[in-house]
Amino acid sequence: MSLLAVSRITKRFGGLVAVNDASLVVEQGSITGLIGPNGAGKTTLFAVISGFEAPSEGQIRFDGRDITALPTHVRAKEGIARTFQIVQPFAGLSVAENIAVGAHLRHARRDDALALARDVARRVGLGAELDKSAASLTVAGRKRLELARALATGPKLLLLDEVLAGLNPSEIRDIVPVIRAIRDEGVTILMIEHVMQAVMNLCERVYVLAQGRIIAEGEPRQVCEDQAVIEAYLGKGAAARLSARAGGAHG
Amino acid sequence: MTGRALMPILVAALLIGAIPLFVSANTVLNFLVFTLIIALAAQGWNILGGYGGQFSFGHAAFFGTGAYAAAILQSRFGINAWAAFAIGIAAGAAIGWIIGYLSFRSGLRGSYFALVTLAFAEVFRILANASAITGGAAGLLVKLDVRPENFQFASRAVFVWIALALVVAVLVLTAWIERSRFGAQLVAVRENEGAAKALGVDTLKVKLTAIALSAGVTAAAGALYVQYFLYIDANIAYGTWISVEALLAPIIGGAGTVLGPLVGAVTLHGLGEITKTLAGRVPGIDLVAFGALLIVAVAFAPDGIIGLARRLRARIGGGGGA
Repeated sequence: MSLLAVSRITKRFGGLVAVNDASLVVEQGSITGLIGPNGAGKTTLFAVISGFEAPSEGQIRFDGRDITALPTHVRAKEGIARTFQIVQPFAGLSVAENIAVGAHLRHARRDDALALARDVARRVGLGAELDKSAASLTVAGRKRLELARALATGPKLLLLDEVLAGLNPSEIRDIVPVIRAIRDEGVTILMIEHVMQAVMNLCERVYVLAQGRIIAEGEPRQVCEDQAVIEAYLGKGAAARLSARAGGAHG
Repeated sequence: MTGRALMPILVAALLIGAIPLFVSANTVLNFLVFTLIIALAAQGWNILGGYGGQFSFGHAAFFGTGAYAAAILQSRFGINAWAAFAIGIAAGAAIGWIIGYLSFRSGLRGSYFALVTLAFAEVFRILANASAITGGAAGLLVKLDVRPENFQFASRAVFVWIALALVVAVLVLTAWIERSRFGAQLVAVRENEGAAKALGVDTLKVKLTAIALSAGVTAAAGALYVQYFLYIDANIAYGTWISVEALLAPIIGGAGTVLGPLVGAVTLHGLGEITKTLAGRVPGIDLVAFGALLIVAVAFAPDGIIGLARRLRARIGGGGGA
């Protein structure tokens, strides 16, 4: 069964069409990727799914219900959590307090929220930094904090907006298993990602967004060989030149 | 709530509450009552501004509403002073909620919110100065009838204790907010509203709750002012002076801390009195001292006196360990 069904979403900002008639489906229990060149409209689509922006047209169904008109905090209550591409820590608070804000969504008592925060922090590898100020974390630490806060809300669907961007290869190697473990515990994941190695590694299904339109979908490997996708990233005629060069090398 | 959170409150209450037992000079007791009224108004501001990060420049709107509601209900409708006091608090909270609804609903933040609250206070001041029910520019007197059931006391010490009881009640309320879900969500709104929303915080509801609480507390200060001085006019009730006092005390003392507003109010007015005594004949010299203190605080103690004390304690603690 599909957990999230985005159908024919269009988002216009004045004359600019950021997302154009985009549809995608996220299956329960899957890790689904959303890739595309810079400026393709990926983050805008995330903003529409999480309720930060109202779509100009189209419908979003979550867990069988139409949620298109629900405000952000109600969607969070329903089970949609998101992280931000540009990390948004509560800079004046400690790591534990940051995560506790997420935990408070389903826990009224402070002690319960803090206990859950400690638990989640350990799961994402922040166990040692609980009492540090969020502002003192490294980039990798802040990415983990984004993940921890979202996870603490107890989501069914986690929207990850480039959690790997800005990390070095060893940090990426550390966090990929964390993401897989989150899925294995029953959280469905939709992720925007540029780090293709991770996309190949994690995602079962990938959608490619270019200039606001979904131009391809399928298994990661199959999508990477798609002519339209190669041209969207590298320019018109690139696919033909690449295959010609590959053919030349073989001949 | 743990004893650790309540201990400083108890100490502050005992220190201030003991003063009238040893000092009977009217000037000292006057100073205490006035400073506690300012502290109460500032505690109100601190809930919305200090914890919620919504900087109001018009808390006079709530102070004045509390004051006028208490005064009008007593002098024009003959309602019991204690009941009028309670209704004054409720009226202030209601006005706060309405102003909050109008401005937060339209997404006003930062300096825009500050300007709108300032505008509301000014509109109220002009209306109160012109309309008949408030006594216009002549102001409104509450009939002198010194009886406890009228919320009037012969002894100024009693007023000190009543004002102190209100301040302590709000200290406890603030300490509770700090440790509650509402408080965590309020601070989250201050730190980053978008992230708070994404984590399921109903930011509008949180801000409206905060402004209603904040306004109710500041309205209590206004109503207490009326009971003590038995007079109110538009420039006292809705004047810019109280908006400034209400935000200056928490900023100097430590915004977003339980004791900040009280520490700030005592420091500001203590310093004001000392300057006035030392420099006697120069009018407005206490205001110059206020200004100087504000500059010093902003430059050297951006988290206020409480923040400065915490930093010093951390440094001494760290030095001791090394």
